[in-house]
Amino acid sequence: MATTMHFDLVSPERKVVSVEASMVQIPGADGDLTAMPNHAPFLTTLRPGVVKVTAAGQVSEYVVTGGFAEVSPTATSILAEQAMPREEVTADLLDQLQKSAEAALAETSGDEEKGAADTRLRDIAQLKRTLRL
Amino acid sequence: MPSLKDLKIRIESVKSTRKITKAMQMVAAAKLRRAQEAAEAARPYAERMEAVLGNLAAGVASSPTAPRLLGGTGGDQVHLLVVATSERGLCGGFNSAIVKLARAKARTLLAQGKTVKILTVGKKGREQLRRDMSDYLVGHVDLSEVKKLGYLDAQRIATDLLHRFNHGEFDVCTIFFNRFVSVISQVPTERQLIPASFEAGAGDMGAAAQYEYEPDEEAILADLLPRGVATQVFTALLENAASEQGARMSAMDNATRNAGDMIGKLTILYNRSRQAAITSELIEIISGAEAL
Repeated sequence: MATTMHFDLVSPERKVVSVEASMVQIPGADGDLTAMPNHAPFLTTLRPGVVKVTAAGQVSEYVVTGGFAEVSPTATSILAEQAMPREEVTADLLDQLQKSAEAALAETSGDEEKGAADTRLRDIAQLKRTLRL
Repeated sequence: MPSLKDLKIRIESVKSTRKITKAMQMVAAAKLRRAQEAAEAARPYAERMEAVLGNLAAGVASSPTAPRLLGGTGGDQVHLLVVATSERGLCGGFNSAIVKLARAKARTLLAQGKTVKILTVGKKGREQLRRDMSDYLVGHVDLSEVKKLGYLDAQRIATDLLHRFNHGEFDVCTIFFNRFVSVISQVPTERQLIPASFEAGAGDMGAAAQYEYEPDEEAILADLLPRGVATQVFTALLENAASEQGARMSAMDNATRNAGDMIGKLTILYNRSRQAAITSELIEIISGAEAL
């Protein structure tokens, strides 16, 4: 049985990381989940959060702002709107995100959209706390 | 017959023109490489997105609850044409080619009695379309401040498009851009953005039916479709950026060569007239001496 799977993290502008990973923790829209080799085929959207990748015993962390993840038994790929290593994230960037989310909340009408925008705003605030920025 | 001095000035001026076009060609070459790299880097994302959306869409398209972005509004009366051109000139037929294609499409649609709206991206296309299509222009996206084209720029355009779509401003949206084939060949292309069409991925994505979705299939699709549109806009803009630099490079290469030819011709003319002046002076001296 395979102990690793292929992991790709891509953003529209570039391929951020591509490694053989043994475990990937994903901030799914309905809650965090961890994908390991031989996981059942699975597709989920992401909320803003931290992706933790375990490859060769090393854990690396990346921040994503949204997108979706595709899990299959042999590979996991995350297509993120924006993705970067955790160290590169600045408070400015998060503030910007928060502002655009607030603007989106102010603009939308209808309960469902308002709810979605509100959730996003809370996710960003949560992410901010997690990163202590 | 221009005087010797005039010719000399002329030659100098063409020489400095050649220097400028040469420099522009080299700058374009450097930028082209960067643009190509950017297009290359964006490809995995776009391909993945297309494959996933294709599979999702195939499953949902037939259901009556399919999102409007996918199924369309049911009509095709109002067409929005997004014309992506460059912000700067001096790139050969790059902008004209796109505008020509868009104009032809607009004419066909108008002849069929449809309503046409045009959204321009990039200054040059707007300038050309304003001459005869100014009644149809509904908006303009200015990218002149953008140094390096990012996904956020594309997303901004896509958001604008979706906003208009949701307000029922159009039924069908098509984007016009130049597809980059090689430095000497850029093909003006049209691509339908809305209603969205995706090709289902092949290979390992074939087993898509067994995917589990979280949240459910339609929620994911609703979330992804706007992103799919943004990705397509982004891809088109990147192709366009690479094409622009390619077109500029070959245009400037031509200009440099033409300037070289012109310098050659002018130099010959200059030498001939100098020789003619010398000869006529000699004749004057000799005939003056003979007369004595």
